[in-house]
Amino acid sequence: MSVKLVTRQVGDVTVIDAVGRITLGEGSSTFREIVKDLVNKGNKKMLLNLAEVSYIDSSGIGELVSGFTSVSNAGGSLKLLKLTKRIQDLLQITKLYTVFEVFDDEAKALASF
Amino acid sequence: MSAQESRPLILLDQRLESSLESVDRCEERAVELAQERGFSEEETYRLGYAVREALVNAVVHGNRYSANKAVHFKVTRTPRGLEVVIEDQGSGFSEAMQGDPLARENLMNQSGRGLALIRAFADELQVERTPLGGTRVILRKFLPLEAG
Repeated sequence: MSVKLVTRQVGDVTVIDAVGRITLGEGSSTFREIVKDLVNKGNKKMLLNLAEVSYIDSSGIGELVSGFTSVSNAGGSLKLLKLTKRIQDLLQITKLYTVFEVFDDEAKALASF
Repeated sequence: MSAQESRPLILLDQRLESSLESVDRCEERAVELAQERGFSEEETYRLGYAVREALVNAVVHGNRYSANKAVHFKVTRTPRGLEVVIEDQGSGFSEAMQGDPLARENLMNQSGRGLALIRAFADELQVERTPLGGTRVILRKFLPLEAG
């Protein structure tokens, strides 16, 4: 299964609920397109909910980094919510936990913007 | 350990087209073989992850999706676990040229993390140049030593 992304607006924050696998091909390009579209529409506060994401490969990690960069370059921020243990491990191994702001609680994440 | 288990046994030896479908199929087979070999759920995930990353490197960066180039995929049962060999027909790969993906100045690069993840998830990793100039990745995963 590839990734399914659904966006919802909570105040001025766009929450992206992701379900499935973010891997090279359809999964990573779907994420890229949605972030690009949101940035083009002027959304600057994004919260990516990864609670239902079972797997991210190195291409998917690359897309997270790329999304972070493009939102930051537009003057906004992309933060991560509810990482599974495996995705936490991936961010530790790749040292990206030093880059992303990560939250376990959605209310706290929303309040941080 | 039986005499049969003490000898390496080739479980799978295939030449595959350079496509993402091949990557998906081989990852699935590697996961099945790891389960059959008795690896835990977490170690099976780690082996599957390392295999997928190595296959993506072979298909995308090695063979560049060429219809004229194949990926060689071999899984061997070893006395200690499993050995997976993934070989492409590309023009070679140098870790030195890639740069350290974990260095501060490279953290925001979009790509280049695959080998670091393979290294983290495999118990042993060898990267070699094949006689024809491609890349051969050999990764090994070991079962935990039995207590006593």
